[in-house]
Amino acid sequence: MGGKDAHAAAAGRRRLRGLILAYAALGLGVLVFAFPIWMTLVGSTHDVGTLGRGDVPLWFGPHGPENYALAWSTGGLGTRNTFAVPASAMLINSALMALLIAAGKIAISLLSAYAVVFFAFPGRMLAFWLIFITLMLPVEVRIIPTFEVMVDLALTNSMAGLTVPLMASATATLLFRQFFLTIPDEYVEAAKMDGAGPLRFFRDVALPLSVTNIAALFVILFIYGWNQYLWPLLMVNDRSLETIVVGLTKMIGTGDAQNEWNTIMATAMLALLPPVLVVVLMQRWFIRGLTETEK
Amino acid sequence: MRKKVIFPGVALPAALLLPQLLITGIFFFWPAGQAVWSSFLREDAFGLSREFVWFENFAAVLTDPNYLTVVRNTAVFSLSVSVLAMGVALFLAVQADKAIRGATAFKTLLIWPYAVAPAVAAVLWLFLFHPQIGIFGRMLNGAGIAWDYKINGGQAMTLVIVAAAWKQVSYNFIFFLAGLQSIPRNVLEAAAIDGARPVRRFWTIVFPLISPTTFFLLVVNLVYAFFDTFGVIHALTQGGPGLATTTLIYKVYVDGVQNLNFGASAAQSVILMLLVIVMTGLQFRFIERRVHY
Amino acid sequence: MASLEIQGVAKSFGATPVLHGIDLAVADGEMVVIVGASGCGKSTLLRIVAGLEAPSAGRVLIDGRDVTPLEPADRDIAMVFQTYALYPHMSVFDNMAYGLRIRGLPRAEIAERVREAAALLSLDGLLERKPRQLSGGQRQRVAMGRAIVRHPKLFLFDEPLSNLDAKLRVQMRAEIRRLQRRLGVTSLFVTHDQVEAMTLGDRLVVMHEGRAAQVGTPMEVWSKPADTYVATFIGSPAMNLLPATLAEGGHAARLACGAVWPLADGPRPGGEGRAVTIGIRPEHLRPDGSAGLPLAIDLAEPLGSETVLHGRLADGTPLTARLAGGVPPGALALVPEPGALHVFDRETGLRLEPA
Repeated sequence: MGGKDAHAAAAGRRRLRGLILAYAALGLGVLVFAFPIWMTLVGSTHDVGTLGRGDVPLWFGPHGPENYALAWSTGGLGTRNTFAVPASAMLINSALMALLIAAGKIAISLLSAYAVVFFAFPGRMLAFWLIFITLMLPVEVRIIPTFEVMVDLALTNSMAGLTVPLMASATATLLFRQFFLTIPDEYVEAAKMDGAGPLRFFRDVALPLSVTNIAALFVILFIYGWNQYLWPLLMVNDRSLETIVVGLTKMIGTGDAQNEWNTIMATAMLALLPPVLVVVLMQRWFIRGLTETEK
Repeated sequence: MRKKVIFPGVALPAALLLPQLLITGIFFFWPAGQAVWSSFLREDAFGLSREFVWFENFAAVLTDPNYLTVVRNTAVFSLSVSVLAMGVALFLAVQADKAIRGATAFKTLLIWPYAVAPAVAAVLWLFLFHPQIGIFGRMLNGAGIAWDYKINGGQAMTLVIVAAAWKQVSYNFIFFLAGLQSIPRNVLEAAAIDGARPVRRFWTIVFPLISPTTFFLLVVNLVYAFFDTFGVIHALTQGGPGLATTTLIYKVYVDGVQNLNFGASAAQSVILMLLVIVMTGLQFRFIERRVHY
Repeated sequence: MASLEIQGVAKSFGATPVLHGIDLAVADGEMVVIVGASGCGKSTLLRIVAGLEAPSAGRVLIDGRDVTPLEPADRDIAMVFQTYALYPHMSVFDNMAYGLRIRGLPRAEIAERVREAAALLSLDGLLERKPRQLSGGQRQRVAMGRAIVRHPKLFLFDEPLSNLDAKLRVQMRAEIRRLQRRLGVTSLFVTHDQVEAMTLGDRLVVMHEGRAAQVGTPMEVWSKPADTYVATFIGSPAMNLLPATLAEGGHAARLACGAVWPLADGPRPGGEGRAVTIGIRPEHLRPDGSAGLPLAIDLAEPLGSETVLHGRLADGTPLTARLAGGVPPGALALVPEPGALHVFDRETGLRLEPA
């Protein structure tokens, strides 16, 4: 009897231990990932004196609204940097850039994938491989010469310059190509019999079927566009075109002059909020987008 | 692979392909070609004269002791980031796979760091570890450890690694979780009946079965550490102190934009290009070869 | 070699009860088949015996030892899954050797056991292959091999034949039976297929909505079904159920269409007019021009040696009959074979024995 009880207790304990470990680990993980954000969020509600002194607060302070208002409207008091850019302007720039890149990439990739899948013409495979090769080389690797091309084309300091070069995405094209290949032949035959040409088929069949893929890809690409760093850093020195991710880092000086930590923290929150919201609200599409594009 | 039923015509598909090919041509192939060409030239800072110097730039770069330091930094950095980000992600994915209540809530809470830009992540961690205003920075200094990543190279590297890995865990977590959930439950039950306890089950059954995912993520993480972390370094340490946190991509930037040494920068770009081709090539080999059970 | 006892096992998932107090004793070396429609709880019961689920109440004893709190690894059992659940990344040999290696058996003995099982199951020559290189039938045999080499106290089968095509299913059915008899290992076999149940089991447990409707040998279950569910579940085409009332003091039954059939094996309690259900198997109906019930035929299925007729009685009640030979010409009238009638209480569906 004692042996049985010991066994029962042991098995029960084992199961419980496993569950406790799971909850503890996941809970700890969530905390570790939330902590930096929490500290920044809290910091953004205190005044610059508190922060500058090193009085690190763990809970909210009363200065939140004014900090954000300041960051939003002027980008700081300018005590340190004389080129403060209002966060409102930077947010608009980032949003525009992200939306243009996402929309542009999706549109162009749809067209290319459609051409490669639903037609046969000499050079088809060549075109496909040319596009495919771009996977091998992220923009960072060819950054200097690409920048020079932009200078030659007088596209620096322009929204076009920020967005257009990033629109030729092989991953999106591959994804759509793969998807189009799964559209049954019967759909095309039926459309032909109904007298529909390729453009009509695209508009009435291929496109509507692609909507979920487009949504998934949009989440990924929006984040990709919003989080661009090296490219805007090089392309833009006109501060009116500053994106918030780059602008944020420029607010932090390396010199002796005091940083306006409160404004910086507020700006940091503003910089990460939109993409995080997009991910959280569109989580299912986001995950789908990730797992689909890596196939 | 091609569809059997297609539309006739050549002009239309050509037109459809034009935007992508145009952009690819102008902003990809042309600059890439320029980079390769530049790497064989030596130009003065004003662009007034240029000289074809064959592989001299490459030789100069590869024998530059700074470059070798940077190569070592990059190796340390990328391996550390990959191992850290993958290890933590795998551990969390295993816990999340246990089908506990609230698993979806945990999932949401662990996924969002992916959306944070690397540079912004760096700024967040800067707040935590700044020697004067950061909660951990002050704690460390208070405890007698001289903490200032602006002057201590090892501390700078550590901080940069943590900031970069922090962001990448979400991505790995998603893929590991998917990989774990694709293992048929029956197979694990069979192992349990065969006498395998949870730890043994993990190492003899689960880990081998997610190895395609693991390899894939390793390449992705390495590429991330090589390139996407530019923002982290630039925001946090600007490659310093000295060269302590300069990676290959950061050096390309420094040499090209700050030092205006285009030949050296181009040569480094070409070397990086070759590296990436090898890495992505490997990645595709593995994806193609992904064992289908 | 071991006996198995299931005592009062019940299981609820949250508020939903799935098993209601099952009791079963399986003798050493016996093969008991648990059969029922999907959702009846048979797989849950098997998984509880395996230790993959914990019961909400009750105990499981293997060889007299209470294993209820034990992990599957400690129960000394082996299981064959419906999906075979082979380790995809290991060869056939390693699949079979896995459990033995964990137990720390010496290499030589492992190799011997695996080769022995492989020979028994005609798997020699396949030992180095991976599961994805095997056919469905081969995978099934590897799954069995993995179970056999363990020399366990108990074999558990969870619908192992369901994923095979019909011909292979029949073949494997016989092989499993032969193997089990030869090895003499106590076995529990779960299936939804009543033919499998009848051919494989020393005894059957017919499960219905979480309860054991009947436990008995195949012939017992077929010839004396305990309730209308078992009666219609076992046997194909299914037994006909006709509403009736007791007549002649319980010695006969009056059908809805008016015919009166005598109960040859004895009177049933309850008296005149008690509502009952009469059961008669299609194969126990014979044509009888003079005294039979007229049957209007809707559909005739000629099977060669016999014909299955689906039709209707005069009052519209559907009836199925299985007659030898071809369809008799002209109008058809049927009588039951004497003594082949089953009587069930109309309300509860339970079998009524002669008083």
